[in-house]
Amino acid sequence: MSCIQTKSLRNTVFYKKQERVALRNCGYIDPEKIEQYIGVDGYQALGMVLTDGSFTPEKVIEIVKASGLRGRGGGGFSTGMKWHLARTIIPDADQKYVCCNADEGDPGAFMDRSVLEGDPHALIEAMTIAGYAIGANQGYIYLRAEYPLAVKRLEIAIGQAKEYGLLGKNIFESGFDFDLEIRLGAGAFVCGEETALMVSIEGNRGEPNPRPPFPAEKGLFGKPTILNNVETYANIPRIILKGSDWFTTMGTEKSKGTKVFALGGKINNTGLVEIPMGMTLREVVYDVGGGIPNGKKFKAAQTGGPSGGCISDKNIDIEIDYDNLISIGSMMGSGGLIVMDEDNCMVDMAKFFLEFTVEESCGKCTPCRIGTKRLFEMLEKITSGKGEMEDLDEIEQLCRYIKKNSLCGLGQTAPNPVLSMMSNFREEWVSHIKDKKCAAKVCVDLLEYKILADKCVGCSLCKKACPVDAISGEIKQKHVIDQSKCIKCGVCVNTCKKFGAIIKE
Amino acid sequence: MAMKKCSLPFAGTDEQEKALMAIIDKHREIPGALMPVLQQAQEVYGYLPIEVQDIIAREMKVPLSKIYGIVTFYSQFSLNPKGKYKISICLGTACYVKGAGEITKKFQEKLGIESGGVTPDGKFSVEECRCIGACGLAPVIMINDDVYGRLKGTDEEIADILSKY
Repeated sequence: MSCIQTKSLRNTVFYKKQERVALRNCGYIDPEKIEQYIGVDGYQALGMVLTDGSFTPEKVIEIVKASGLRGRGGGGFSTGMKWHLARTIIPDADQKYVCCNADEGDPGAFMDRSVLEGDPHALIEAMTIAGYAIGANQGYIYLRAEYPLAVKRLEIAIGQAKEYGLLGKNIFESGFDFDLEIRLGAGAFVCGEETALMVSIEGNRGEPNPRPPFPAEKGLFGKPTILNNVETYANIPRIILKGSDWFTTMGTEKSKGTKVFALGGKINNTGLVEIPMGMTLREVVYDVGGGIPNGKKFKAAQTGGPSGGCISDKNIDIEIDYDNLISIGSMMGSGGLIVMDEDNCMVDMAKFFLEFTVEESCGKCTPCRIGTKRLFEMLEKITSGKGEMEDLDEIEQLCRYIKKNSLCGLGQTAPNPVLSMMSNFREEWVSHIKDKKCAAKVCVDLLEYKILADKCVGCSLCKKACPVDAISGEIKQKHVIDQSKCIKCGVCVNTCKKFGAIIKE
Repeated sequence: MAMKKCSLPFAGTDEQEKALMAIIDKHREIPGALMPVLQQAQEVYGYLPIEVQDIIAREMKVPLSKIYGIVTFYSQFSLNPKGKYKISICLGTACYVKGAGEITKKFQEKLGIESGGVTPDGKFSVEECRCIGACGLAPVIMINDDVYGRLKGTDEEIADILSKY
């Protein structure tokens, strides 16, 4: 038998540059079997914390603080500091809560889904450790109802952990009790905001509240609460087991460890990648991501979803970490990384994200409810060919107003995509306004369908197909489109595939 | 403001009401249980008409206005019945970048309904949905629990998918 030489997965370009911490078990273990999680050192960190007398809650918090772990949900606040505040701000609170934000609503990000479905016990273990650290014995996981498999696997995992005595009363006979409950979200993006999420768990419309008071002082049901997202928690057991020094060997000065990105859009290797902080965007796109399909050119990458911005090709060598992304007008967000090529229109993309925030604005505060709507209308004016140069200044002004005056993170960040797309691709916006042209051929109102006289054979198929009778011409004669009647539906282009005589420009 | 009412008359059965009462009884003592009650009620009825909201308000001792406020706040709750086969077209960023807008139009044209609508025979409903977290397969749609990914959006492909139902 001949020996076929196959490269080990580890040595493919896709995996070689990755470092899997949060995703360490995803795809390796059967998530419905607790034994397999235990077999890869699962629940060891919890056991160590609860049974080794030297691990006081303060020491656990110290380790998390020293690791430099920052919130992976977008904000990037120090996780250890959050825990410290929840432990110390009201030391004699009769009840505290540990919450997990698993309401992954950022379009284009699905790393939390992967952990929930592939390694649910890691989340349970981490939340129990967090409970011990801050002095809470009840936890809530606020999970998207759109992830039915995640719900199922998490339910199985919680059941098994209870059976093994790893959740519930007197865990590891340490006298520490901790219980977990799943609460399902109902499709509201704003519930990713911490105060809105807690209000939603309490059974109300998920509208945010002003901070302070911060949840560490007055959170769920009015009690001190911590909230971290799934990916943040997924790092915790490893940090406890291997120590904060190990964690700080990865990453940049102010952003330690790894970050999972959901590569999507116009890129060859779509999917989840976990890379050490500080890798350049170029490496992510061209090495790990395998470049852009169909020989197209990289135009921009969008990070941070509807709260973030875009990174244009002039910044492609930026080292990805929290602070660098903010410095160029984008943000880490939860880790969606959508690559766009020359066929994507940046005005249209800004409109897309804004449409999302308009719809998801909860309506509680005016700058966000009405401001985003007005902003959206201004963008629509530009994409429909009615824009004027003054609009650009007005858009910028309104953006600043919304950012400054909105109640919560949703409104405060909603203008980011617009500002970032505008500053990075100003020529494109100006061309929409002055020349009434969309170079990417996306904005329908700025396009014209034309019949090429030298290719038209006069078969009349397009004339018959046109729903508004905008095409005229005799059989075997050249046909013409009446632009005043054309509704730009594109049906004619499809009927003329054989001759390719109809183009849009 | 006029109460948004469903266009179809309410046709709940005794069995459904019994199931609803069981759900309510299970949740009476749990803090913040309104959301799970509404979610499970929607599973029983398929949607949350005002009649169902009324029962929940009475039994849970919560004002109807609050229930209505919650139901209309969250996109998952529906005041109208859905089709037997619910077509959800993902409009997350990755799908949008890869042409989900075109695919939505195609489905609407093919079925002759707008987003949020139901075909007259009650078989299909079309809606745009938030990211379903299958960005690696973009553009992606779901019909009930079946996922169709890497769509090209051709007429044949869409006809082919619909013919399975």
